[in-house]
Amino acid sequence: MLLNYSQPLEISHLTTWLDSALRAGMPEFWVLLIEFVLVGVALMVAYAVIALILIYAERKITAFFQARLGPNRVGKFGIFQSVADMIKILLKEIIHINNVDKFLFYAAPFFMIVASMLTFGAIPFAQGLHAIDFNIGVFYVTAVSSLGIIGVLLAGWSSNNKYSMIGAMRSGAQFVSYELSSGFALMTIVVLAGTMQFSEMIEGQRYCWNLFNGHIASFVAFFIYLISGHAETNRGPFDLPEAESELTAGYHTEYSGLQFGFFYLAEYLNMFIIASIATTVFLGGWMPIQIHGLEGFNQLMYFIPSYVWFFGKTAVLIFLSLWVRWSFPRLRIDQLLNLEWKYLLPINLVNILVMVILVLTGLTLTDLFPNLF
Amino acid sequence: MRSISKYFSGLFRGILSLLTGMSVTWKELWTKKVTQQYPENRATLVISDRFRCELTMPHDENNEHACTACGICEMNCPNGTISVLSKMIETEDGKKKKILDKHIWDMGMCTFCNLCVITCPSNAIKFGNNFENAVFTRSKLVQQLNHEGSKMREKKKEVKPVEPKPVVETKIVSPEEPKMEAKSSKTVGLLVDAIAESKVAKQVETKNESVEKVKPTEKA
Repeated sequence: MLLNYSQPLEISHLTTWLDSALRAGMPEFWVLLIEFVLVGVALMVAYAVIALILIYAERKITAFFQARLGPNRVGKFGIFQSVADMIKILLKEIIHINNVDKFLFYAAPFFMIVASMLTFGAIPFAQGLHAIDFNIGVFYVTAVSSLGIIGVLLAGWSSNNKYSMIGAMRSGAQFVSYELSSGFALMTIVVLAGTMQFSEMIEGQRYCWNLFNGHIASFVAFFIYLISGHAETNRGPFDLPEAESELTAGYHTEYSGLQFGFFYLAEYLNMFIIASIATTVFLGGWMPIQIHGLEGFNQLMYFIPSYVWFFGKTAVLIFLSLWVRWSFPRLRIDQLLNLEWKYLLPINLVNILVMVILVLTGLTLTDLFPNLF
Repeated sequence: MRSISKYFSGLFRGILSLLTGMSVTWKELWTKKVTQQYPENRATLVISDRFRCELTMPHDENNEHACTACGICEMNCPNGTISVLSKMIETEDGKKKKILDKHIWDMGMCTFCNLCVITCPSNAIKFGNNFENAVFTRSKLVQQLNHEGSKMREKKKEVKPVEPKPVVETKIVSPEEPKMEAKSSKTVGLLVDAIAESKVAKQVETKNESVEKVKPTEKA
């Protein structure tokens, strides 16, 4: 009951109310079935809506970086531009290509979308808005998000097109390499947090974010995670799998209409997923800023609903990713692999060691200043 | 040892240069946006004066133009865009005279090469700045340049003194007003002050109408 008054805007009120209402008049099985369906639908809708918002934000911010105005015709400030684009892409003809491996060709977009959808479900969006909360959450996220590369490789292979093939191969090399770094960076924080479960991780960051808690090692891990996560999304300076100037469009050259839309959607959602995992693991997830001993301040912070905190932090990271994207030129494939295997990976391995030492010798901030954090 | 120091110095220099790049784009993010929002900014839109949009034949307030129907523009047009239709009339002193009946220009065929304007001996045509030329049917692209009921401006008979300065002044003061006076004076004293004019033209080069002024020298 106390929750009701202190956090008036939380969506979890709605969900608990719905749950109790359903349970009142139905057997357990049907309640669960209905809730599963509802959660699935809600996730899918959120998936589409977030992608639309991201596409709009990306186009606007990109434009500002290039001293342009960006979309500004459809609706005020062009806010309905991406809705119009979505309608267009839904209505577009799917062109059937003769010499492709039909089954794999049509299966590939689903691999992409399913992989990012599975990851999407494991993200804690707000207090109580968390579809899958495994005790091995970090592990699960790393595992399913790397499924997406199968979609990319299948698309490139089955398209029967040299550009698609080259793009897919580059993407494979890139993804496999950077998966390592991002995994290790997350492992560093798992060492610090002592848990792989996202909900526990967030609870552990109540007074001190993991980013500050492990100071040096955490910062290094954070930046390595951002770099490798950015590389995994095939964007920015790491966009050689779909380098327009070299490979027409890379692995999705032959796709059209909704199938292309799937790739497009998955690309944007991967950006969001990377940012939101970074938020959850490093920046305290949906947890509002809390300070030891300042109860009034803490209550005040709780008035801002947790989803606002989550999306705010995620938005900052997404902006960072866009900023990087429009600052740096594209890497060559050898530079890309150099960066990973000669720099990120060795630094990462040393970093894990440093983190282990920090944790074991009690040099993390929570250990050093138990009253403050 | 050397390679190790090279590794780390390279790493940190790389990070530094990345940060420099990001600071540049950060500043760029807050610069003034250069996008022109066209239909809304019609009032403040700046079109370069040298931009060739449509061929016009300037008429003065008496509905008079400078075209003598000589047909040089028609001859010089590379793809037959212009056709000058003339007719013969009899002046009051009984002389036969060729005057302009219709000056027809087909925008659909024009390449905007400016040869007609350059070669016109009486500076009767010029390229205007109205760029909104979209029409719904192709036939509308064919335009008659001389206005209805217009006639050719009579040349002033008296020879002007060879003084380039006043000529230039009138041009600078009234750049909007078609160069009727200036031109007619030029046609009179064309050969005389062409050389003097060319010197002045250089000074006035920055002004909009300088293109017009250089022409006499070319002819000379």
